[in-house]
Amino acid sequence: MKLIILETYSQASEWAAKYIRNRIVQFGPGPGRFFTLGLPTGLPRDHPESYHSFMWNNFFKHIDISPENVHIMDGNAPDLQAECDAFEEKIKAAGGIELFVGGIGPDGHVAFNEPGSSLVSRTRVKTLAVDTILANARFFDGDLSKVPTMALTVGVGTVMDAREVMILITGAHKAFALYKAIEEGVNHMWTVSAFQQHPNTVFVCDEDATLELRVKTVKYFKGLMLVHNKLVEPLYSMKETGAERSQSKKPYSD
Amino acid sequence: MPSNKSVSDAPIVQFTNCRILRDHRLQREDLWVREGKILNPEKLFFDEKGSADVQLDCKGSIIAPGFIDVQINGGFGVDFSLATDDFKSGIDLVSQKILSHGVTSFCPTLVTSPPSVYHQVLPQISVRNGGAHGAGILGAHLEGPFISREKKGAHPEHCLRTFEAGAFQDLLNTYGSLESVRIVTLAPEMKRSSEVIQELTKRGVCVSLGHSVANLSQAEEAVQHGATFITHLFNAMLPFHHRDPGIVGLLTSDKIPAGRRVFYGMISDGIHTNPAALRIAHRAHPKGLVLVTDAIAGMGLAPGRHTLGQQVVEIDGLNTYIAGTKTLSGSVATMDMCVRHFQEATGCSVETALEAASLHPSQLLGIEHNKGTLNYDSDADFLMLNDRLYVQATYIAGQEVWRQDASGM
Repeated sequence: MKLIILETYSQASEWAAKYIRNRIVQFGPGPGRFFTLGLPTGLPRDHPESYHSFMWNNFFKHIDISPENVHIMDGNAPDLQAECDAFEEKIKAAGGIELFVGGIGPDGHVAFNEPGSSLVSRTRVKTLAVDTILANARFFDGDLSKVPTMALTVGVGTVMDAREVMILITGAHKAFALYKAIEEGVNHMWTVSAFQQHPNTVFVCDEDATLELRVKTVKYFKGLMLVHNKLVEPLYSMKETGAERSQSKKPYSD
Repeated sequence: MPSNKSVSDAPIVQFTNCRILRDHRLQREDLWVREGKILNPEKLFFDEKGSADVQLDCKGSIIAPGFIDVQINGGFGVDFSLATDDFKSGIDLVSQKILSHGVTSFCPTLVTSPPSVYHQVLPQISVRNGGAHGAGILGAHLEGPFISREKKGAHPEHCLRTFEAGAFQDLLNTYGSLESVRIVTLAPEMKRSSEVIQELTKRGVCVSLGHSVANLSQAEEAVQHGATFITHLFNAMLPFHHRDPGIVGLLTSDKIPAGRRVFYGMISDGIHTNPAALRIAHRAHPKGLVLVTDAIAGMGLAPGRHTLGQQVVEIDGLNTYIAGTKTLSGSVATMDMCVRHFQEATGCSVETALEAASLHPSQLLGIEHNKGTLNYDSDADFLMLNDRLYVQATYIAGQEVWRQDASGM
């Protein structure tokens, strides 16, 4: 894995954004050649703070994506498991996920794969842990009774199939989960740890998230920042010609 | 980008690179328009899987709802209180010219006139949508003749009337018909005004208090019977007195029926009201302030003599007086001037100044689901303004109906 440590939340966000941008540009997307970006799923549609609103306001309205190329699972579908299975098919049809971007919960979950989720699970209906319900209460005016108790989620196995995985971890409350995820073994109680067995993972975090890691780990990866920063500088643009773009390869492998 | 809309094939226009006035704030958001209405882009994206057909770069402009002028007596040589042969073309001219001031809807106002004038003129005023031909007409504002002799201002004394004898029937006989009438200004201290106010309110006419010597209790009683507006606050009414605030006291009265709001017109041309008085009113009751121009025929023309109904007025700069006197009679300010002056004099936010000319008048007339805001599904009547609040372009139903050209016209 690559562990990228930036000082603050904004710097971590910016590094991640630049990385994703370069990845997309270097992939050379075009008509018929889609860069499939995977994101964790969320809350039911019929709520003003629904995932659809969240994604629209924070992502889709700022970019020029065609609505036909956006696939969000429908939490109001009559047959939820069929909806999940169809989602897996859509991923296959799109050629698989090129890059999956997600965060982790304080309990080390990725997407809604709560502790105890199978590490080979696929997209399915999942009951939510109390921690997750508490964390989501802010979208429902702090009223716990209004927070949904189930969600449709991609499985750990689904994410493991992605060609690359990027996990964003910021804040001291995530520090213990990060420690469990990368310094301890692969364990279904901390589902993010499954990515230790993925060939291409990037963890981007801020200083606060490293508070539970060994000093040695942190120093090692901070020392690699000179090399890691070559992934975000220079910043490529779609307007450049194909030759310039494909020239730069990854400077090293894990 | 191919559009794949399931609801309608009409073209979708996306106005980008702008700040729009929504939810009382200027937000960095795009404005989406389809079929003359403001469109919800999120629903378009997820439900219809649609996208914009045309994208327009607004170069950082402010986009605000179109201004609504509920008190305008004429302009550009046209006097709405004069029953001329070409009255219709006169109203068309004014409605077209005020587009450049940012006004997208208005209420042509008639000052106190003899019944013959009302009978001839009112049938020629019809409620109609705006467009490239001009601003929309919401209905007439009849200011008088049921007003106070002592506070007639520039209104001709010989035309003043009462409805003592027949109450509402007298009023109906005077005006002829209330079909296209939206607002009536009257003095509530007049005998039988309560009945008249109730009748008018029942018929959906907005009753405004003005040109009156009413005390606060009389004004409050009028509000309880249905009055919701005050015509040009401070002017043509008793001055505020600390033991009898008069009509001005309605701004902070505790006798307003629950759920109702009293609105008040302000002519913020720097002349009708001292800026300090404007600030007092604004601070006392900011949500009720409605900017009006009270513009007269001379607006937009060179200084000199013009008519206002049965009177002759003299214009000198921004001052307009009854010829030979110091009695103010209407103004020659334009709506965008009033918005700018209001913002400067009170130091209020740009959002507040813009809402005083758009949201508040639409709330007064009960049309805010359609006009006066940039909410989804509202009529797409809006303006592009620069940071100094000068109108750069006017749109009605999503179509550009006026644009500031390079020569600054």
